[in-house]
Amino acid sequence: MNSTHAVRTESVCRHYTMGNSMIRAVDGISLRIARGEFVALLGQSGSGKSTLLNLLAGLDRPTSGSVIVQGRDLAQMSSEDLARYRRNDVGMVFQSFHLIPAMTITENVELPMRFAEVDRAERAQRVRESLERVGLGKRMEHRPSELSGGEQQRVSLARALANRPSILLADEPTGNLDSRTGEDILNLIRDVSLSLGMTVVMVTHERALAERFAQRLIFLADGKLVSEAAPPATPGLGRAGTGEEARA
Amino acid sequence: MKGYDLLDLAVRNLRQSKLRNGLTTVGISVGVASLVAMLSLGVGLQQLATKRLAGSGMFDTVFVTSKQDFRDFNRDEDRKDQNPENAPVLDEPARLKMTHLPYVTEVEPEIRVMGEIVYNGQTHFGFVTGLPMSARENEAFDSLQGKFFSRSDAEEVILLKDFAKELEPANPSSLIGKEVTLRYGERQPLAADSDTVGRPTMSEGQNSGSDTQAPDSYGFSVVRKMQPLKVIGIVDEEPYGGMRTVSRGRIFLPVDLSEKLNMAQFTDMRSSLRGGGKNYQTLTVRVKDPAKVEQVQDAIKQMGFRTFSILDATKSLRRFFTVLDLFLGIFGSLALAVATLAIINTLVMAVLERRREIGVMKAIGASDGDVKKLFFAEAGAMGFFGGLLGIGLGFAIGKAINLGTGIYLRNHKLPAEAVWILPPWLIGGAIVFSILVSLIAGLYPASRAAKLDPVQTLKYE
Repeated sequence: MNSTHAVRTESVCRHYTMGNSMIRAVDGISLRIARGEFVALLGQSGSGKSTLLNLLAGLDRPTSGSVIVQGRDLAQMSSEDLARYRRNDVGMVFQSFHLIPAMTITENVELPMRFAEVDRAERAQRVRESLERVGLGKRMEHRPSELSGGEQQRVSLARALANRPSILLADEPTGNLDSRTGEDILNLIRDVSLSLGMTVVMVTHERALAERFAQRLIFLADGKLVSEAAPPATPGLGRAGTGEEARA
Repeated sequence: MKGYDLLDLAVRNLRQSKLRNGLTTVGISVGVASLVAMLSLGVGLQQLATKRLAGSGMFDTVFVTSKQDFRDFNRDEDRKDQNPENAPVLDEPARLKMTHLPYVTEVEPEIRVMGEIVYNGQTHFGFVTGLPMSARENEAFDSLQGKFFSRSDAEEVILLKDFAKELEPANPSSLIGKEVTLRYGERQPLAADSDTVGRPTMSEGQNSGSDTQAPDSYGFSVVRKMQPLKVIGIVDEEPYGGMRTVSRGRIFLPVDLSEKLNMAQFTDMRSSLRGGGKNYQTLTVRVKDPAKVEQVQDAIKQMGFRTFSILDATKSLRRFFTVLDLFLGIFGSLALAVATLAIINTLVMAVLERRREIGVMKAIGASDGDVKKLFFAEAGAMGFFGGLLGIGLGFAIGKAINLGTGIYLRNHKLPAEAVWILPPWLIGGAIVFSILVSLIAGLYPASRAAKLDPVQTLKYE
């Protein structure tokens, strides 16, 4: 068991067959992500970054290789165990938020806790806590459609945090937001990860944003790891928190 | 996921497409209603038939005769007995013993003798029958004109309508309250010391001096007697409609009076040949509950008597109603089968519509089992509400059937009857059945939802 790494992959592959052709969406990637690290996965569309994220999330299983999270190989886990892993160990944020429109904000954030069988009394308190953390403590009874994109992404982040996971996986979290709001969200994610000691893996194709917020950039192309780099000197760090209260 | 959360989410999801889920639920309720209406009709008809038969007094009655009598009836049980002459006789101790058997409410002798009614100087022949006070419950007395016996030894008589017409052709009802005279043969024991003719033959042996037997055992004489009686009622048909032995009774006396009058019966002749005390020809044993008739019958058989009840007839009746219930159930289930298809359709549609939602739930930690259970819960909830609604609907249909039958019966000058009865077990059973059927219908959609690949469902929107 390697406790220094939150996430480790060993020659992980995910191949699809589409018609007669084989698509190597992820093709032998080995990487290590330390606890509390903020990593950005960069690359063109089809480079395999989202597929890699799904593998890390336990939503998808590798064709070969292994994905080791906290010493456990996700490739070997039963689907029930994977569900438990997604429920307790990771939180996910999506490009299009994926909130359930029929539910209020509170209910959306409460949903993962229902799956985790958290006591009802405790749930209310944790929902409030999560929503306050993302600055939405006053809009708890609204429905997602009544909220702006930025606010919906905050709800989505609050939901991802509901079960207090150790890893946050974000798939293009700023893709549907204007640049100002996107920055706010990333500031929020970084603050949360710092205060909770969470590991963050973010898929994005916006290199500038990645350079400003991530501690390490990982470049993918055609399912392979092309290069890794620390971001250049990051003046953005100094501005952390300035745009947090604003909303697009 | 906990049960409460499951139900909460299920009901919330059902409310999302109110019209579609509502229509499906109504579909289930129509199915349940038709099932409930049909089965209740079966139950109602069965109870009606049982009530009618119980009212006839045949269901709770065992007729007991001695195996010494009427051997020519040739019942199977008789053939087994090697020597019927040794069979016990129906005497007072035997009667007393039967009275103390469990579930026996009453043991009455069947008294049926020839007699004559003298009225207006004319004599009319008829069979005289003793009736216990419990005969009041017999449905024959539902249409009694006048009154039933005031006491079991009252000097009163009830006449069969046909017989009353013989007495008073123009207006039989006018007989009520009038006095008639019963002429009958009284059985008088021969005094032991007065009977000097018969004696020597009996005491041929060593016992010539001391007679240990009751005076009755030597024989009896039949003496013509008259008994004035007050006509208090006229009845259309004979109670226990002809179940009792050979001839129809037309003159009914209270049983204690008929015993007191000590009327000579057919069996007396035989008893006198045999010696011993007074015997009964037939005893009528009334049982508290028709279900216990068989038990009582067995106990009496154990005592060595021949018994008869209509139990065998009820067995085939019960079989008939079981088959009827089955067919009614099958017809009722047809609508429910259609409703099952509606549930499957609704849930398959819901799975298609909620693909993305299912993917999201899986991404944030729902297991395949959670998703499956959620769809099951939705199916079960539709089944539950459909069942409730169906009971209500079925109840309304049943009331309508009862109302319709009532009007029809009244038009035919018959009393209204409840042909439709909803027993409590059917209410519970229908709801449970409705939920079960819905869960079975939910099997396919639920497993389909559980198998959805979250990566695929989240990719396209």
